[in-house]
Amino acid sequence: MIYTERFKAPQSLSGKEFSYCPGCHHGIVHRLIAEVIDELDIQGKTIMVAPVGCAVFANDFFELDGTIAAHGRAPAVATGIKRARPENVVFTYQGDGDLAAIGTAEIIHAANRGEKITTIFINNAIYGMTGGQMAPTTLLGMKTTTTPYGRSEKNEGYPLRVSEILKEIRGVAFLSRTKVTTPQDVIRTKKQIKKAFLAQIEGLGYGLVEVLSTCPTNWGLTPIESMQWLEENMVKEFPIGVFVDKVDKVK
Amino acid sequence: MDKQKFIVSIDEDRCKGCSLCIEVCPKEVLEFSKKYNEKGYHYAKVSKIENCIGCGFCYQMCPDVCISVKVLEKIKS
Repeated sequence: MIYTERFKAPQSLSGKEFSYCPGCHHGIVHRLIAEVIDELDIQGKTIMVAPVGCAVFANDFFELDGTIAAHGRAPAVATGIKRARPENVVFTYQGDGDLAAIGTAEIIHAANRGEKITTIFINNAIYGMTGGQMAPTTLLGMKTTTTPYGRSEKNEGYPLRVSEILKEIRGVAFLSRTKVTTPQDVIRTKKQIKKAFLAQIEGLGYGLVEVLSTCPTNWGLTPIESMQWLEENMVKEFPIGVFVDKVDKVK
Repeated sequence: MDKQKFIVSIDEDRCKGCSLCIEVCPKEVLEFSKKYNEKGYHYAKVSKIENCIGCGFCYQMCPDVCISVKVLEKIKS
């Protein structure tokens, strides 16, 4: 009776227990990034830039070199690393509070310069680490600790669709929005993350994958309910799809 | 034919009891344990391994990378 391993944890994860809440999608996306790095065989030369937010300790969970940037400045730090060491693969991992609020200028200009870096953007429509405040991506009518009566467009404006802004920028080589609520979505997301890395490796330009994610703790729902909430509400506001794809012949 | 085709192993102490694996399993192989793990969660456990088809959906959805799936190699005679 010989058994072979079909599914097991990727090498690029350090094996340390994630610090995320039960049911949080950060862990799934971490695993997908590590699997892509394993498949592309770039573990030894990949540098990650962790953000400020729930994923601030992400360096501990990956068996990679990396650093932590100031709030929102991960694309700027990654630009510096990539220009100093162009042979390395550099990626940033950012949430919506980090990328879409304080880091909007950095992300737009990094994309506009066509920096050969990759960004994985986790959009859960709320500030997770600080306790559920309104983020730029919070949906209209959604209750958070700073919008207790629900977000209204008169007071707080409309949800910011980052991918729709970035798709007009010519330096972007791969841009997509995806989700990880079903196993099929997870597999599709992995392919798109791989393409975003290949955009960098082949020198085509900037790659970004926006992943719609849940925050069961701050949404006040169970992990299963929050996945249904994401499907019913967030997907309407943030449509799934590939916006820019200049990467050819990718399996 | 009685040979067990798949092994689904769950790291009980790593599990946070989010139930995503239980929800996505198409064959209802997994269920909550009545026991608690060291973190205080009811962890997921394998209950009907004979139904398993080795699809790996539980592995794909586990946010804490607790699950691994092994498959029996066909012995060629």
